[in-house]
Amino acid sequence: MKLVRLRDDARPRIALTLEGARIEAQQGDTLLTALLAAGAGYLRESEFEDGPRAGFCLMGACQDCWVTVVGRGRVRACATLAEPGMEVSRG
Amino acid sequence: MRVAVVGAGPAGVRAVEALVAAGLTPVWIDEAPDGGGRIYQRPPPGLLRDPGKLYGFEAGPATALHAALDALKPRTDWRPETLVWHLRPGAQRLSTLHRGRQAELAYDAAILCTGAMDRVIPIPGWTWPGVTTLGAAQIALKTQGCGIGRRVVFLGTGPLLWLVAYQYAKAGAQVAAVLDTTPFATKAMAAPGLLRGGTTFAKGLYYTAWLRARGVRIAEGITPLAIEGTAHGVTGVAWRDSAGRTHHVDCDATGMGWGLKPEAQLADLAAVPFRFDAQQHNWVPQRDAAGRTPVPGIYLAGDGAGIGGAEVAEIAGARAALALLEDSGHRVDAAQVTRLDARLARQARFRTALERAFPFPAALARAMADDTILCRCEGLRAGELRAAARAEAATGPAPEVNRAKAFTRVGMGRCQGRICGAAAAEILAAELGRDVAEVGRLRGQPPVKPIPIAPAAEAA
Repeated sequence: MKLVRLRDDARPRIALTLEGARIEAQQGDTLLTALLAAGAGYLRESEFEDGPRAGFCLMGACQDCWVTVVGRGRVRACATLAEPGMEVSRG
Repeated sequence: MRVAVVGAGPAGVRAVEALVAAGLTPVWIDEAPDGGGRIYQRPPPGLLRDPGKLYGFEAGPATALHAALDALKPRTDWRPETLVWHLRPGAQRLSTLHRGRQAELAYDAAILCTGAMDRVIPIPGWTWPGVTTLGAAQIALKTQGCGIGRRVVFLGTGPLLWLVAYQYAKAGAQVAAVLDTTPFATKAMAAPGLLRGGTTFAKGLYYTAWLRARGVRIAEGITPLAIEGTAHGVTGVAWRDSAGRTHHVDCDATGMGWGLKPEAQLADLAAVPFRFDAQQHNWVPQRDAAGRTPVPGIYLAGDGAGIGGAEVAEIAGARAALALLEDSGHRVDAAQVTRLDARLARQARFRTALERAFPFPAALARAMADDTILCRCEGLRAGELRAAARAEAATGPAPEVNRAKAFTRVGMGRCQGRICGAAAAEILAAELGRDVAEVGRLRGQPPVKPIPIAPAAEAA
């Protein structure tokens, strides 16, 4: 899944990492936006071997967008703002 | 008197406004950082907040609601970014979680304005990355300036289907198709009643006409067949038209939804009885027209108490607060009560027409193929639920959804049945040859959303 920035996309850049690789995002991005607009493709693998997932409701209800942030633990990517230097891993 | 208001959307804001006007200082709790509810959710700081661009025709109500919200925050015990994850009606306590910290809150009365979410029917391929709810597609655009894809299909039924498609096209995304499961004739029959809704109906017509005028592919009365994709994402959507022909369109994302369902888990924990509302085709908590429930001290307003939309939510929020004030011995303005009641009654008539115009396609859920993933949290397929329903199942039969949950794990996962619950009930009912109201609803469980173990243990 590739999120497409349609407007308001000239905000200050911030950098974080996904599985150790550098990701560039924009201030005000949620983690979900930061990762999926940068080309991460998906956010976690289903535990039941039915494929990758990338979030579904974007309103903090479905819990399909869980990722892990060093120092914070597991968070909903749709409800967590991206911050500079965040170290993120899938699932 | 300790009054708690849960939710800071249209209902919560107007409820708090009425309480503050009466001299109370309620505790006001919202899960979002800056209130507004889903419909008037504001982008994070640093993003564009121009109401005209973000909310379109709703810019006026959005601006007014935000102004009220911001003015009320300092006059209440405002607690943003706070989840109410449990409610104990006997002890009259709420359990809250704010940035990992657990707190207990005693209340004498509470107004629950917990809102709604998309109602979903699983179709093959709906778990691919790139498939979201209609609400999600709108939130991505409204609060992040992003489209869920470059070329998007919108699928489902209801006013939101047309609104989101319009908003995407307007923002510069390519709308590959709008696929409405409701036939045009069904909507046309409801038109006379919809006219009572005044501008709401006019706006709906405008979005549809605007999309048609721009040559967006539109199909009504369709049956979705599959969202096609790979592990890398969505590649297309296939459907069958009313004449039985199959069609396909390429896309890289799909937004889908069939109306809304109340987020009523806290009302459930509060021991408010529920009833099946056949018109909405939703389970709703019982309340009177003013928002009083059979549970003393518990009041409900907004979409969490039954789907009515933002305009109704604002009126209902104010009305529920007046009911609470009246019940606790405050003097209330009788003329204001009469005015609010009249507006609620008028809106209810419009709502009836709207539900007729965009009925929930229960048959689509009931016909789900056995190998389609029904519960996305647990990876459970429709056939597994059907097997569990039968009398010859090893577990014995599952005559209602909570038993089926225990046997199959349907609705037991991380979302607690929010996403699959409506469709699961249809499948179970069809398998048992019963009306959907007879198979019940998945009961709310604390915590109403997943929370870390430590705060939960602290509260126990």
